[in-house]
Amino acid sequence: MLDTFVTTLAEAQRAGRRPRRWWSPRLADRVFAGAVAAFAAAIVLLTVLIAWELWRGSAAARHAFGFGFITSTQWDPVAGVFGAAPFIYGTVVTAIVALLLAGPIGIGAAIFLTELAPRAARGPVGFLVEMLAAIPSVIYGLWALFVLVPVVRTHLQPFLAENLGFLPLFSGPKYGVGLLSAALVLTVMILPTVTAISQSVLAAVPRGQREAAHALAATRWEVITGVSLPFARSGIAGALILGLGRALGETMAVTMVIGNRPGISPSLFALGDTMASVIANQFNEADSALFTSVLVEIALLLFVVTVLLNLGARLLVWRLTPHAGKR
Amino acid sequence: MDAMALRRRRLRGALFEGLCALASFAGVGILLAILIYIVRQGAGALDLAFFTATPKPVGETGGGIANAIVGTLLIVAVAAAIALPIGIGAGIYLAEFGRGRFADLVRLVADVLTGVPSIVIGILAYELVVVTMHRFSALAGGVALAALMLPPLVRTTEEILRLVPGEYREAALALGAPRWRTVLTVIVPAATGGLITGVMLALARAAGETAPLLFTAFGNNFWNLNPGQPTAALPLQIYQYVISPYDDWHRQAWAAALVLVTIVFVLSALARLATRSTRRGNQ
Repeated sequence: MLDTFVTTLAEAQRAGRRPRRWWSPRLADRVFAGAVAAFAAAIVLLTVLIAWELWRGSAAARHAFGFGFITSTQWDPVAGVFGAAPFIYGTVVTAIVALLLAGPIGIGAAIFLTELAPRAARGPVGFLVEMLAAIPSVIYGLWALFVLVPVVRTHLQPFLAENLGFLPLFSGPKYGVGLLSAALVLTVMILPTVTAISQSVLAAVPRGQREAAHALAATRWEVITGVSLPFARSGIAGALILGLGRALGETMAVTMVIGNRPGISPSLFALGDTMASVIANQFNEADSALFTSVLVEIALLLFVVTVLLNLGARLLVWRLTPHAGKR
Repeated sequence: MDAMALRRRRLRGALFEGLCALASFAGVGILLAILIYIVRQGAGALDLAFFTATPKPVGETGGGIANAIVGTLLIVAVAAAIALPIGIGAGIYLAEFGRGRFADLVRLVADVLTGVPSIVIGILAYELVVVTMHRFSALAGGVALAALMLPPLVRTTEEILRLVPGEYREAALALGAPRWRTVLTVIVPAATGGLITGVMLALARAAGETAPLLFTAFGNNFWNLNPGQPTAALPLQIYQYVISPYDDWHRQAWAAALVLVTIVFVLSALARLATRSTRRGNQ
């Protein structure tokens, strides 16, 4: 308010008393505002450019296979037959298993850190969580391949097969690498995201509401389930969707442990492949224009899905805390 | 009767609170274990040659990743040269002029773009730069990383500029400074510490990216300082070593991972220090 008033005042004075110059300060201001607005427009342009390049690059594949591409399970690069279903399956299964594991753990940890932990512990733990979100994906992959996969092969898979082997989910040969290991490394990777965002929305619950519930003789846990969680509900949903989005697009760590063999199998022990990892593995090896175009179409699908998910998540988180989830 | 019910409620609470505590210990524990493991494995494999030599051919032990460290610096420098002016400029727009629908659109787009997988962004850089130049290059890698850095950079710049007290703005305008001078000589300098934090975090994120470099920077076993040529990068080198069948390369992958984690953490720690010193300066 005040600054527009001051500008208007200055402008009025200038207009009245000074001769007009070709470069009025007003012109300089307009040029400056225009320049920074152009930079801002560049972001929108970048998004349009990504969409356009993906659309253009996938033209050959779209014409060759149409919508059937999404449901076809045939994948034979040598014969020039391509279907994306095995990769969509691998992506969805690993991401959902990761979310089912990381969701409860992340929300539980966020509840502990905002409501239960001693105040002195919150700072260091929060710092640690931020640092862990910054570890590059290739390093999670390195750890997963040399540490997690052997443990999965020698302990987890025999254990699951013995106790839950009657489920098709836990049957078949135990390679170690495969969908299960990929889902586990994704769990570890999206945990910081889910925890950090849930924590910031839980911290936004008004103190008065909590105190009111305490005053009605609710126990500490009843305050959490009756007041805090319902208040933060949509924000936590946003945190989960952002975690899901990260899991869907995660490339390097998954590529290193999933086995890279396209296929649809009911077992989590099976080898698989995801949309992101097939691009990472095959893009440089694609020997025909059609093959490249197919990989670009897979990228286009990934782009559309993650844009929609993030759009939904942002709207949910924004509704609650305008500043949450900016990282 | 009531006392029983209360006890049951308390017990239930204690049980679930215990589970929450367990969840956070498990989460933090796993993640700490990863870090400790990297440090233990990596520290044993580090030596001076690792920082001064280029990779040895297959079968020979030894060698280093000096060219990959320099390559990462080169690619990140290209990315920063592209992303910083645009990102900070757009951030200034949102903070200082950003009212109305267009600004809201930019904010939403920036936030959504942050969630687009990096490998998809890599394809953009491939189509734009690699296809046009007919070869892989540090430039293409830089373009990919710039597109990745841009959205978070815009949002943090906006947040940080908004923290500058309104009185600074009003005082400068009252002294007759035009808007552009107010922004460039008063508001941006007042927010320098925070801006450095935002930039450091963006650089840290970019330095660790692998997927978009696979088919843009491509990697290189030799020295290269020409941004127009295929270039090695630390995360790419780690990936290539990990998926190779050679023990000595696995050993070097751990060492390179330790170097990369250290770089990322030092950048993040510097970022925190920069914010802390401004906060103190403003008080």
